[in-house]
Amino acid sequence: MTVAIDRPSRVQVENGSSSPNGSGRYAIEAEKMHVYYGEFCAVRDVDMKVPTNKITAIIGPSGCGKSTVLRCFNRMNDLISSARIEGVVLFQGQNIYDEDVDPVEVRRRIGMVFQKPNPFPKTIYENVAWGTRINGFRGDMDEMVERALRSAALWEEVKDKLQQNALGLSGGQQQRLCIARAIAVEPEIILMDEPASALDPIATLRIEDLMKEISEKYTIIVVTHNMQQAARISDYTAFFSVDDRRTGNLIEFDDTEKIFTNPSQKRTEDYITGRFG
Amino acid sequence: MALNQQETAGQDAGGMMPSGPAYHERVVARQRRGRAWAVIFQAAMLAGIIALCALLLNILNQSFGYIAIVNNIDPAELAVDGVPLDRLPKDNLVEILEANVSAGLMRRYEHDMPFAERSRENVHELILERVVEPQVQATWGLFDSLFVRGSVFAEAEERYPGSDVYFRSWLTTSFISKSQSSEPLRAGVRTAIFGSLWVVAITVLFSFPIGVGAAIYLEEYAHKERVLNRLIQTNINNLAGVPSIIYGMLGLAIFVRILEVFTSGAFLGVGDQSTANGRTIISAGLTLGLLILPLIIINGQEAIRAVPSSLRQAGFGLGATHWQVIWHHVLPSAMPGILTGTILAVSRAIGETAPLVVVGASTFIALDPSGPFSKFTVLPIQIYQWTSRPQDEFRNLAAAAILVLLILLLSLNASAVLLRNHFDRGQASA
Amino acid sequence: MDLRRKPRVGESIIQGFLFLCGAISVLTTLGIVYILGRESVLFFASEEVNLLKFFGGTEWQPAIGRFGIWPLVTATLMASLIAMTVALPIGLCVAIYLSEYAPDRTRSILKPVLEILAGIPTVVYGYFALTFMTPLLRGILGRDVVEIYNTASAGIVIGILVIPLVSSMSEDALRAVPGTLRQASYGLGATRLETAVRIVLPAALSGVAAAFIVAISRAIGETMIVAIAAGAGPNFTFSPFRAAETMTGHIVRISGGDLSYDSIDYNSIFAIGLLLFLLTLSLNVLSQWIVRRFREEYE
Ligand SMILES: Nc1ncnc2c1ncn2[C@@H]1O[C@H](COP(=O)(O)OP(=O)(O)O)[C@@H](O)[C@H]1O
Ligand SMILES: [Mg+2]
Repeated sequence: MTVAIDRPSRVQVENGSSSPNGSGRYAIEAEKMHVYYGEFCAVRDVDMKVPTNKITAIIGPSGCGKSTVLRCFNRMNDLISSARIEGVVLFQGQNIYDEDVDPVEVRRRIGMVFQKPNPFPKTIYENVAWGTRINGFRGDMDEMVERALRSAALWEEVKDKLQQNALGLSGGQQQRLCIARAIAVEPEIILMDEPASALDPIATLRIEDLMKEISEKYTIIVVTHNMQQAARISDYTAFFSVDDRRTGNLIEFDDTEKIFTNPSQKRTEDYITGRFG
Repeated sequence: MALNQQETAGQDAGGMMPSGPAYHERVVARQRRGRAWAVIFQAAMLAGIIALCALLLNILNQSFGYIAIVNNIDPAELAVDGVPLDRLPKDNLVEILEANVSAGLMRRYEHDMPFAERSRENVHELILERVVEPQVQATWGLFDSLFVRGSVFAEAEERYPGSDVYFRSWLTTSFISKSQSSEPLRAGVRTAIFGSLWVVAITVLFSFPIGVGAAIYLEEYAHKERVLNRLIQTNINNLAGVPSIIYGMLGLAIFVRILEVFTSGAFLGVGDQSTANGRTIISAGLTLGLLILPLIIINGQEAIRAVPSSLRQAGFGLGATHWQVIWHHVLPSAMPGILTGTILAVSRAIGETAPLVVVGASTFIALDPSGPFSKFTVLPIQIYQWTSRPQDEFRNLAAAAILVLLILLLSLNASAVLLRNHFDRGQASA
Repeated sequence: MDLRRKPRVGESIIQGFLFLCGAISVLTTLGIVYILGRESVLFFASEEVNLLKFFGGTEWQPAIGRFGIWPLVTATLMASLIAMTVALPIGLCVAIYLSEYAPDRTRSILKPVLEILAGIPTVVYGYFALTFMTPLLRGILGRDVVEIYNTASAGIVIGILVIPLVSSMSEDALRAVPGTLRQASYGLGATRLETAVRIVLPAALSGVAAAFIVAISRAIGETMIVAIAAGAGPNFTFSPFRAAETMTGHIVRISGGDLSYDSIDYNSIFAIGLLLFLLTLSLNVLSQWIVRRFREEYE
């Protein structure tokens, strides 16, 4: 098992191309994806190809299914008993909803950071180490923890109190710890659901910087309700909206620059300019 | 008086609402009624508190107080050279014993344990038991003993002439360290305490893992829509309401009778061969285990449900399996709640009497239980038996045993509180 | 890249084990039903008894082959009735006081008192009934009126025992009534009493009813208090001051003696047990049904 940080090759693959086209360069591809909660169709007909090693932002009005879509990408919806998914979600050419696919394996490869920081009520060290340990990591744990914490730009702040309870950290630190924790298990993709919405502006800025930094090595898909944030940090932006039955659907998915300056859809423009939602 | 005008206007508009002084009177009356009922509600609360106080004071009252005793031989007569019996050295005591009991009995004592090896206290006891032979004539409660001492003595003088009257605490260290005896002055609860501890140990070993396991299954794995799982849940809720005596009958039929080979220890060749039957500690423990299982499950479910789902998501998000998430995150977080609930359930088990009577607690054993296949008695059974005896002195014994039981339960509950605090602090700082 | 499911034997074994843990509770119920049912069938199969004699007879004398359940049932009902006369008003008043009147601080002090009351073993209550309540009753009403063993003092003490049950379940129901309802009532000029009794209580009525029913079931199943204080020996009487044996008291007394298996005595206590089980179970189910109805109304 190589450590994610030692894998710069994939950055070059993406360099030079800025449009979400071409094959083999998609981290995840959703095809004709519908999501239901019981009878209620929360999201319909999503076709979305997320490019590798880029930051993709998902924006849209509240309740349009952003979190739902994100959770579909690593089968976190399995935990909601009423949730049901139709369609195909390809990860490295494989449908993660195939019968014989193990959701546990999927989630190891596609990590997640949640809206509210949710460190385990354990030590800082243990928070980072746990995920790798259960996944069978056999290397030097101390070194691995340090590397993950450094990647999450948290090392300097916590190196003297690794054995303290993670709940003692500030909200921003907790969220970076959650990112470190996610990085530690060497995923290919990191899903982030409004990772900064519970944080103050300074902590938010640090998270954004961090996301940009680690996007060299990971594909990041981030849900945000903050359009400035999407514009600041993302390479691509997907805009979701709801129809009159409150079912969400993907309206437009393109370069962030294009979405924010010259969207092809009227509804995107309305939303961006604040005329709607 | 804008208000008055409005009111009048309101009435004029066609309403029948009283106004002015009439309305005021009504309000006063309503308020008066309100205050009266407030007093009644508080009185009800007070009645509950009074009941609790009466219960506790009644037990204290019966645990201490004067007793009137008639001795077969006055201890004063046994004094040697003016040294009272209490302070005589061992050699003198042995002589006294020899002088007052038959040679046969002396030989038996010598055979049981040579006098050379016996302690002074032991010989002293033998003298009290065989020579002095005190008999309780009457006992008085603590409050009589404290507040109407004069009449206690007068009554003793009149009705039990020649008796010694002295103040006795029925709850003493020797009451706790001595085993069952038919002589109230020498009876103790040692056997019953050991019995209770053994039974409860079995109960916990059985019901804790199974109860927590069931709680985990129902909260973490079971699909709530499935009929089978709903059946299990409904069933547990209903089991919690089944009278405890029914569990006793279940235990009698299953553990004592059907599984007798196992519960008597016969399959291992251990256990009390002479009386080998299923009325053993293990049957009692398993019966109480079934009894508190629903409590542990329901409480465990609540504790597990209280674990924030963000913790589970964090675990799953890292690629943990379901069991890894449960074992490493859900259970540690739920543990304080689970343990507190378990201790409460165990308190319930320690106080249970009826099912154990049915399962077949022994009415009289003086030997400490030696293992799960021993015959048993437990504290509540001992209390029940002493309470059922008509003589006052056994009521006093029962009261003292109740004190022991209540102290045991109180310390258990205190430990639950401490445990909880410890865990809470651990969460914050560790 | 291999995302395929790996066999996780450990996980499956654990899940299977956990399911078994849950299933044990079902087995317990099946065990109860089977045991009680089997012995009862044996009981009714013997020639001395039949259903008619069992439910029609007013004499329970196993020694002479009389197995009429009524003396045991009337004693049970009498003790429960007396218990409810004590527990329902007091429990409900306590609940109203705690939920609608008591300041939070007072409430946090008083609730543990009720919890202590609820945590005391029933054998201690039995002792209390015999050594305190009975002398008290005899002192008030006269020694010739009240026998040493009587259903009244057992019933009163059962009532005290279930007060915490009634009050805590009722209080939960009262507190579940939305605060907006109270505000609306005060807004119309109602007093605190009127709000509590005319608005909150009716809104919580099904929860309170459920509490009452559970309390009745608990009183019927209560054993040690009656075994100690109500008397030994079935007695077909309607006087609460006479000795009479309840169903539970009878089971305890018979099984406490030297009971030989497969005798009609042995079988008979299971028949009584079955009746007791069905009685309490239906009360509990009824109470749960009421609670469920209540929830539906409020959502
Ligand atoms: N666990 C759930 N059960 C049922 N409906 C849900 C659940 N989670 C979300 N929904 C519904 O799905 C829709 C999309 O929700 P969500 O994905 O959380 O939106 P967003 O993150 O864009 O605000 C909403 O209408 C919401 O009510
Ligand atoms: Mg969301």
